[in-house]
Amino acid sequence: MSADALLKIAGSGLNAQLTRMNTIASNLANATVVAGSAEEAYKAKRVVFSSLMMNPDQQNSLQGETRRGVYVSEVIDDTESVKQIHEPGNALANEEGYVFGSNVNEIEEMVEMLDASRAYQNNVSVVSTAQELMTRTLDLLKV
Amino acid sequence: MKSTLDSYFAINAMALQAKNKRLELISENIANVSTPGYKARDLDFNAFMKEAVGRTSAPEATNVKHIGASGTSARFDNAITYHVPLSPSLDNNTVEIGVEQAKFGKAAADYQAAMGFLENRISGIRKALRGE
Repeated sequence: MSADALLKIAGSGLNAQLTRMNTIASNLANATVVAGSAEEAYKAKRVVFSSLMMNPDQQNSLQGETRRGVYVSEVIDDTESVKQIHEPGNALANEEGYVFGSNVNEIEEMVEMLDASRAYQNNVSVVSTAQELMTRTLDLLKV
Repeated sequence: MKSTLDSYFAINAMALQAKNKRLELISENIANVSTPGYKARDLDFNAFMKEAVGRTSAPEATNVKHIGASGTSARFDNAITYHVPLSPSLDNNTVEIGVEQAKFGKAAADYQAAMGFLENRISGIRKALRGE
């Protein structure tokens, strides 16, 4: 037991939210990418969070310490259908003259980004509170 | 063999441990705010203290490889409670961030208060030792 666990938990949260932020950045950057077929088209990436506590196989048995917090268990493709655009002049167009755009919805991504950044901020305040409490606890030793 | 000082500070140490445990659980809830199916947890201070006081005479297992003393569990599982959400969510996650933020703020203040009590006791002992 220590405030160290607190920092680790909040740290895992920061890490997970940062991964989510990265996928959002990737989605936004690839929003206008087109491809020659529906399979090749860019699909929006979504992270799936899991609690370390709920997955015993992810637990670290080293020194009898149980890991807690959150982690990204997988990154999946959004199942939303891709956009089909008629653009016969495009070098990537198929026989019918269609290119396939990504299924990224910019508005959705913006909302995701807001949510991720709020969650990140919450974890940051946990870290700063934990640090404050740790400092105060160490001050007990002062004469 | 525990000294007089140990037993003098025991209750404060336990309280501090409980507050710390609670902070840990709430920070876990905050970290898992968007984990599907996650159940928000909290600590029942009364149950924790009851268990902790009952345990002081028994040896504590600080490592998983330690053989547990009879009648003691490695964790304070009985003291853990689950939050009942005010409104259900689609992914069965019961963390409500506003509630957790408020709880965390209060838990941090509680921890500071427990620290304050401990500080007072320590300064009391110091005064007695110096004979001022």
